[in-house]
Amino acid sequence: MNEDNHTPKIKVLDLDFYYGKVKALSAISMEMHEHEITALIGPSGCGKSTFLRCLNRMNDTIPGTKLDGQILIDDMDIYTTGLDPVDLRQKVGMVFQKPNPFPQSVYDNVAFGPRIMGLVRGHVDEEMRVEASLKQAALWDDVKDHLQDNALGLSLGEQQRLCIARALAVEPEIILMDEPTSALDPIATLEIENLMTRLKDDYTIVVVTHNMQQAARVSDMTGLFWLGELVEFNKTKQIFTRPEEERTEAYVTGRIG
Amino acid sequence: MTLEEGASMESSLRARYDRTFSGIVDAILKMGSMIEEAVQNAINSLQNRDTALAQEVVERDAEVNALRFEIEEACLALIATQQPAAGDLRAVIAAMNIVVDLERMGDHASGIAKTVIRMGDQPLLKPLIDIPRMAKLAVEMLRGSLKAFVDVDPEAAQAIAPRDEEMDFLYRAIFEELVEIMARNPQGVERATYLLWTAHNLERIGDRVTNIAERVVFMSTGDVEELNV
Ligand SMILES: Nc1ncnc2c1ncn2[C@@H]1O[C@H](COP(=O)(O)OP(=O)(O)OP(=O)(O)O)[C@@H](O)[C@H]1O
Ligand SMILES: [Mg+2]
Repeated sequence: MNEDNHTPKIKVLDLDFYYGKVKALSAISMEMHEHEITALIGPSGCGKSTFLRCLNRMNDTIPGTKLDGQILIDDMDIYTTGLDPVDLRQKVGMVFQKPNPFPQSVYDNVAFGPRIMGLVRGHVDEEMRVEASLKQAALWDDVKDHLQDNALGLSLGEQQRLCIARALAVEPEIILMDEPTSALDPIATLEIENLMTRLKDDYTIVVVTHNMQQAARVSDMTGLFWLGELVEFNKTKQIFTRPEEERTEAYVTGRIG
Repeated sequence: MTLEEGASMESSLRARYDRTFSGIVDAILKMGSMIEEAVQNAINSLQNRDTALAQEVVERDAEVNALRFEIEEACLALIATQQPAAGDLRAVIAAMNIVVDLERMGDHASGIAKTVIRMGDQPLLKPLIDIPRMAKLAVEMLRGSLKAFVDVDPEAAQAIAPRDEEMDFLYRAIFEELVEIMARNPQGVERATYLLWTAHNLERIGDRVTNIAERVVFMSTGDVEELNV
């Protein structure tokens, strides 16, 4: 384990974010730690995905956007230090709501990232990376005899685990997940949740979810977003047993949202 | 390790749940042995007229109360964050009920100790025979009920009820004996009352154990049944 729980992996300081003139995030400050799962909850349109995309500069590609404040990863400001967004995205992987494997073989889906990032040292190394990533994503046993099959033939739950394996293959340190189970049935959802709890030993995980029970079950910390603001950010246990803010109480008990 | 810390060490959610709940069970057993000790010490302090020991029993009751809240807190967090269902849910609810009964047993033990303190150095009205028997029975019943809880054994829990009848029988015998003594010897009324209180507290402990046994049946089978009616 890391020597300190005090230096956060991700530190967000007074973050504002605009789409044109529309302010989508306002004065967000929070810290996320290694070996922890941070869940972000809140009603639709409150800025959860926008926030998540700020963490790996995915919003940069949207014209007319503006960001104020700071996001530090390992104490480095990811917006001002001249960091290459490609390097950043290697360090900060992302998994989306709908499984989006490439229409290629299972193997190539996982090997893709390491290849284009130039991480691969020969054929054996590539195979080892693919196997290790699939194992980490708890998918190896299901696909090891079908590595050359088209990934689109997998079940949705398997496709999502494949996307997680693909994200892991480039050796990220942080994994962002935007509603990773909303397209999945309860069994596949549980598999992803188990996977998340296992992955947190090695990664910092930030997950957006509309599933309150999921946030409660898997996360260590939970943040409630509301109209672009972070209303409350606290230990998950506290959020679900004794929230400090009335709006959190109302949201987690389903009285608004 | 606190109850909370145990939760974060396992990988799968199920393993994590089991681990957290077994931490709760361990804490309940610890609470049970604190109660055992309190009951035994309370009776020892009565037998040996040891007010210092009685004072200790009273003071240590705060630890029992604190542990009750710690366990309740852990159960609450488990329900809120892990959404236990069916047998898991019944077990957590049973745990929350059991700690309330245990905590009250602690109050009864402390009640006996307070009586001992109030008696000061007045001699015992009569040699103690049935009261230590009741105490021994209470401790055995408590152990049995908690073992049934840990083993999720409804039959063992049901076997507790007849023992509570023994307890009630002993209490009635003591009651009648003391009433008779009071009738014959008005100077002994105050000292008889002390023993009556003591026996009453022990009898209440037996009732609390029976509640625990009922909870174990509910947890194991889903049936709510009143034992020993
Ligand atoms: N590309 C964009 N251009 C302009 N506005 C956008 C864009 N993306 C999101 N928004 C707006 O920003 C606000 C926050 O949206 P965002 O997608 O971050 O919310 P969310 O909390 O993820 O919602 P949901 O739970 O529905 O996914 C919304 O008002 C949305 O309309
Ligand atoms: Mg979104």
